[in-house]
Amino acid sequence: MSWFKRKDTNIQTEKKKDMPEGVWVKVPATGETIHRRELEENFWVDPMSGYHFRIGSHEYFSFLFDEGEFTGLGDEIHPTDPLEFQDRKKYNDRLIDTQKKTGLTDACRVGIGKMNGLDVVIACMDFSFIGGSMGSVVGERLARAIDQARQNQIPLIIISQSGGARMMESVLSLMQMAKTSAKLAQLEKAKVPYISVMTNPTTGGVTASYAMLGDFNVSEPGALIGFAGPRVIRQTIGRDLPDDFQTAEYLLEHGFLDFIIPRPKMKQKLTRLLKLVLHKYESG
Amino acid sequence: MQYLDFEKPIADLEKKIEELHELSVSDEVLKPELNRLREKADQLRESIFTNLTRWQRVQLARHPERPYTFDYIHHITDNFVELHGDRNFADDKALVGGFATIDGRSVMIMGHQKGRDTKDRKYRNFGMANPEGYRKAYRLMKLAEKFGVPVVTLLDTPGAFPGLEAEERGQAEAIARNLKMMAMLRVPIISVVIGEGASGGALGIGMGNEVYMMENTWYSVISPESCSSILWKTWEYKEQAAKELKLTATDLKELNIIDGVIPEPLGGAHRDWDKASGALKNQLLESLDRLKKLNPDQLVDGRIEKYAAMGDWTVKEQIKSNEQA
Repeated sequence: MSWFKRKDTNIQTEKKKDMPEGVWVKVPATGETIHRRELEENFWVDPMSGYHFRIGSHEYFSFLFDEGEFTGLGDEIHPTDPLEFQDRKKYNDRLIDTQKKTGLTDACRVGIGKMNGLDVVIACMDFSFIGGSMGSVVGERLARAIDQARQNQIPLIIISQSGGARMMESVLSLMQMAKTSAKLAQLEKAKVPYISVMTNPTTGGVTASYAMLGDFNVSEPGALIGFAGPRVIRQTIGRDLPDDFQTAEYLLEHGFLDFIIPRPKMKQKLTRLLKLVLHKYESG
Repeated sequence: MQYLDFEKPIADLEKKIEELHELSVSDEVLKPELNRLREKADQLRESIFTNLTRWQRVQLARHPERPYTFDYIHHITDNFVELHGDRNFADDKALVGGFATIDGRSVMIMGHQKGRDTKDRKYRNFGMANPEGYRKAYRLMKLAEKFGVPVVTLLDTPGAFPGLEAEERGQAEAIARNLKMMAMLRVPIISVVIGEGASGGALGIGMGNEVYMMENTWYSVISPESCSSILWKTWEYKEQAAKELKLTATDLKELNIIDGVIPEPLGGAHRDWDKASGALKNQLLESLDRLKKLNPDQLVDGRIEKYAAMGDWTVKEQIKSNEQA
């Protein structure tokens, strides 16, 4: 057995991929088309309108981690169907089909790596996996991400995109709110910085737990962020909602976000913020 | 007494008994028949209430004559002093609380409050709290911690209020902050679902060291109606949604989410408030005794471990450990 055996056996490299098929992509905000390569090079943001295309953990990891390199955490944790839930489709079938379709095992991935040379733990949700819903696997992977950050005093970033808790796990998914919040309470006690990045959309039980518990709550422009969905609210109050209701800009205005950050500037700004609170500028 | 649809046979029989009872006052001959009917009614109640479907439990949990938070407070505590306001915005009438004693022991007791008649229901916003309700709960729990007083929370809400102003004032943030605070609270928390335990609105005051449910209550991530409308795209499937969500007290005990089921009088808590309150009080006293023996660190560690262990997943070997795009 060699003493220089590589410690991390699980180093992964993300390359940019997974966008709408075809060379030309239509921008929903304007109806214009843009070349796929140009879009990828601009972090999947339309340079003309600033429209942020929804991307997943693969894309976020590819540009937030230096060289797209990171060590995965909790990939071996897979979902089950504890309640044998069945709506129009069996939950178990839904899981298998979604796994096949997306190549993901559940709606959250965790990576440990470097961001501009700084050690970070990044957890990122994937909306493409059952609406980014939070079930037991999301809760457990996040719990491990938070523990990892706390035990090694490494800053934590959680990128949220979710319709809320996963109904097919009923009360078990509800309790993931308690679980992740309890873990974040421990992280806070250890004085490890945590940045919550909200992307489109972040709603329901995810907003009402870890997404709103950052030392810093930030968002991409235009993201929908809220507790109840706009349709439910409209039904409840019986009148129309303001145009900018539950947008990132609306939340900033009402005091729930520290700042809004366009995706192309995200890595740099998050790094700067972390370096400030970690006193990295003083030692350099 | 208001009867639910599945209680109709009982209602009919009880009406007959009442009529016969009036007649039997003057006619002794009717006594045996009356006794026979009473026995039959007992059997009927027994058979209906030991075989309730999940949807029927949901209906019982919403029974308009069930005891609410203030009713339990009046039945099981003394010296209650209600405390108002979140010190920021308003006093939420849908979430109430204050200091009181249970058998001479100081507690902070709080819960969602539903209204009894139309006017009162509106005043209490149907038990749906706004952010200021959760922020009041935050304040009261921190007060309890400051004075070393255990916290009792009673959960009974159809959900946190989904309103425009609620969003504007940060409904999600208020609930999230409570969860983080409760995790670290250095006094015991005992939570009991006394009616409806709807999602984050219930959990927002429900992170107990010990959590119980009254027998005819429900606790889930979503109401059966909303679940039906999202997953089946129609409201028609609420009964099936209730079944699939496994949301009754016995379900949650089996899933190891709650610590126990508090028995209700036959026919539901609304049939006998004294008996229901007595059962709740016994459980609270037992839990208070047990948690009293733990120091603050043990309480916090125990609580965090309890919630950290929740969830169900499996471990699978990775198929591709070195993924190249």
